[in-house]
Amino acid sequence: MTQTTLLTKRSSLGSRAGDFDIARILLEGRAFFALIAIIIVFSLLSPYYFSFANFLTMASHVAIFGILAVGMLLVILNGGIDLSVGSTLGLCGVIAGFLMQGVSFPALGYTLYPPVWVVVVLTCAMGGFVGLINGVLVARFKVPAFVATLGVMYVARGVALLITNGLTYNSLGGRPELGNTGFNWLGFNRLLDVPIGVVVLVVVALIGNLALTRTAFGRWLYASGGNERAAELSGVPVKPVQITVYVLSGICAAIAGLILSSQLTSAGPTAGVTYELTAIAAVVIGGAALTGGRGTVRGTLLGAFVIGFLSDGLVIIGISSYWQTVFTGAVIVLAVLLNAVQYRRRPAKLTTPPPGHPTLMPKAG
Amino acid sequence: MASVNAASETGPAAGDAVLSARNVTKTYGSTHALKGVNFDIHRGKVTTLFGENGAGKSTLMKILSGVVTPTSGEIDLDGRRVSFASTVEARDNGISIIHQELSLAPNLSVRDNIFLGRELRRPSGIDFAEEARQTKLLMEELEEEIDPMIPVEELRLGQQQIVEIARALSVDARILIMDEPTSALSAAEVGVLFKVIRDLTSRGVSIVYISHHLEEALEITDYAVVLRDGAITATAEAKDIDLQWIVHHMVGDHYDRGSPPTGYAFGDVVLSANDICVADTARSGGLVVDHLSLDVRAGEIVCIYGLMGAGRTELLEAIAGRVPMVAGQVLLNGTPLVGLSIAGRIAKGLVLVPENRQRDGLVQTMSVGENLSLASIGAFVRRMLTSRPRERALIDEAIRNVHIKTAGGTAAVGSLSGGNQQKVVIGKMLATYPKAILLDEPSRGIDIGAKAEVFRLLSERAAQGLAVVYSTSEVQECLSIAHRIVVMSKGRISAEFGPGVAKEDIMAASGEAVIG
Repeated sequence: MTQTTLLTKRSSLGSRAGDFDIARILLEGRAFFALIAIIIVFSLLSPYYFSFANFLTMASHVAIFGILAVGMLLVILNGGIDLSVGSTLGLCGVIAGFLMQGVSFPALGYTLYPPVWVVVVLTCAMGGFVGLINGVLVARFKVPAFVATLGVMYVARGVALLITNGLTYNSLGGRPELGNTGFNWLGFNRLLDVPIGVVVLVVVALIGNLALTRTAFGRWLYASGGNERAAELSGVPVKPVQITVYVLSGICAAIAGLILSSQLTSAGPTAGVTYELTAIAAVVIGGAALTGGRGTVRGTLLGAFVIGFLSDGLVIIGISSYWQTVFTGAVIVLAVLLNAVQYRRRPAKLTTPPPGHPTLMPKAG
Repeated sequence: MASVNAASETGPAAGDAVLSARNVTKTYGSTHALKGVNFDIHRGKVTTLFGENGAGKSTLMKILSGVVTPTSGEIDLDGRRVSFASTVEARDNGISIIHQELSLAPNLSVRDNIFLGRELRRPSGIDFAEEARQTKLLMEELEEEIDPMIPVEELRLGQQQIVEIARALSVDARILIMDEPTSALSAAEVGVLFKVIRDLTSRGVSIVYISHHLEEALEITDYAVVLRDGAITATAEAKDIDLQWIVHHMVGDHYDRGSPPTGYAFGDVVLSANDICVADTARSGGLVVDHLSLDVRAGEIVCIYGLMGAGRTELLEAIAGRVPMVAGQVLLNGTPLVGLSIAGRIAKGLVLVPENRQRDGLVQTMSVGENLSLASIGAFVRRMLTSRPRERALIDEAIRNVHIKTAGGTAAVGSLSGGNQQKVVIGKMLATYPKAILLDEPSRGIDIGAKAEVFRLLSERAAQGLAVVYSTSEVQECLSIAHRIVVMSKGRISAEFGPGVAKEDIMAASGEAVIG
């Protein structure tokens, strides 16, 4: 009995090993293969698509969503969701625009023009503060992340509209005599031909990746997202970790807001509407589980590039923007379907064998 | 109950096997939950299944009620070969189960719960009036004054149990499986339940009864079947047996699960719990741990025995800082641990291995190695970054120390057997070099070989000066490595014994069975 069991096991594993592996590689590297497929298809359809210049242009579009998505990844790894990033992006852009106009103190008869680096720091602090509100609501007051960040999404958008009274700041260039020039550098300059936005994305992604793979915080995040109770009993500070991810997501939104308003040379209160959904889509396409604990920065970046290269490609070959929406939606649904397949695979090894084949017990591991 | 009489032309006599399971086995990974069990349910009689936790009672009942499918073996219902792919199929064949954990929707009314999933329909929608009428009839039958329209969450636990029974009856069950039906009932309610059971059997319904309250079960049952470690050890008619017979066959005396480590003197008191009180979340004002004090010395192994609901888990979780204490104080090496978080207590050297390793012990999305190193990340972080070589060294050491059988630290934690998963949870906490370790039912759901290994591991550590406290609901495990056995009942210590005590005395002190 034991012998036949072993033999059956071995032969069944052996015969299926080959094709199983290919399916597995395709499944696990699906975001990467999707990106390759998108590049090949559009390169065939349009002569303009496959060029270094075009890739850089597309990459600078991706940068905004990519930075948001890295922040979103942290929140999703924790098992949460941050719907407020689009509004935070808009609010932070407005704050930056407001600061660039100069802060006047009528009582003192004095107007302060902060230099650009101060504007950047204050804007990031604003993003972090919005994130802190999210984090405290979720971690301390146990408001479901979806609801807490939904509320903050409205509040942040409303505050942005209040600050500008619904208008847009159009002069962000600063003046040399005030010493606050240079804001447009973020959106227009290039470092070795690479747009600054893309450079910032790379830096954010590298820091994010290092934090996730090599720091105690990263390990705590994966653990508390995978099983909060077990993490807590292992001494993981689950509440501080939870608050931190929302703060980091807010800071990422602020950075994205700075780059966007610099690219547009204007800061409007309605910037970034629905961007949170694109960021979530990028994270999901990148293979992260919305239940938390699974996901990587690499996957998320691939997800952001899939969305960006797909929609820009559709523009280049002249497909109507209505179709773009349909395609993007279909890609997201497909990605979630494949996620479900991948994450069901592992537990499936432990389930019961089909009745009538008692010896075909799937071997775990 | 027309269906019972129509089942066979010869007219089956009461006491025949209405259902017989033959050579039923069930394996989970490498764990054998059932090893070739032959089990008969007698027509119109009460058949009680006795056995300790993990003996396989629940698995067997889950197979009979279609919750899980057996790995091998046959089930005959009225001489007809059957196999249930789902609980619905089992229910259609007249088999209903009342689970230990109630499966009612608390927000819905009694009526809606009873007809949940099989609502009485008519063209214009659900026939609420007819449902309410039938519910009322059922409640009258069960002699319970419960309004069909009242939401279940507003009922006492005992009444909820009655609703659960009513639901099982409402489908015209021929075989009714009751898993610990009295655990939440008052004495009066138990009396009503027994009356209902007798009424049902007289109508030809066959009952399978499972209970830890041996005396109670012996009072109601007609047949007794004893299960131990996945195999049936004895079967008898209730009139031929007594409590001692049941205990003897339940516990057995064939397994040597080790003996307390000797050859060294205990050190100072490491862990001291004084006057611990923990509030009962189920009833306001009640205490689930009631002014309990316990001292454990370095090198000493203390076993806490008690029935379900005795307060063992709450006590251990309060000491570890997981649940708040109403009153009392925990000292480690004489230092009070007031206001310290779980993390703070781990840093001081007090760790807890939780009872439910899937829910509280393991992070399933992480590898074996990441789970093992989770509680001691600080040990391999240098200048903010984790050091991979140091982490690997720590993981390899942990795997060696607790003898985990795994392909390596990168294996998925879900690929391990239950026993090895438990060793991961224990190894994770031991890797923090604790001074005292609390283990809540460390042998739960792992096979006998793994149990022995876990206990050997603990006694090795105790010999090196670790203070060990473990809880169990299996008497045999009190009599393995513990130097001292503390019996808990209703939140208090009801007795303390040395390692040479008789099983019957422990069970008596826990309120499980009074053997005269």
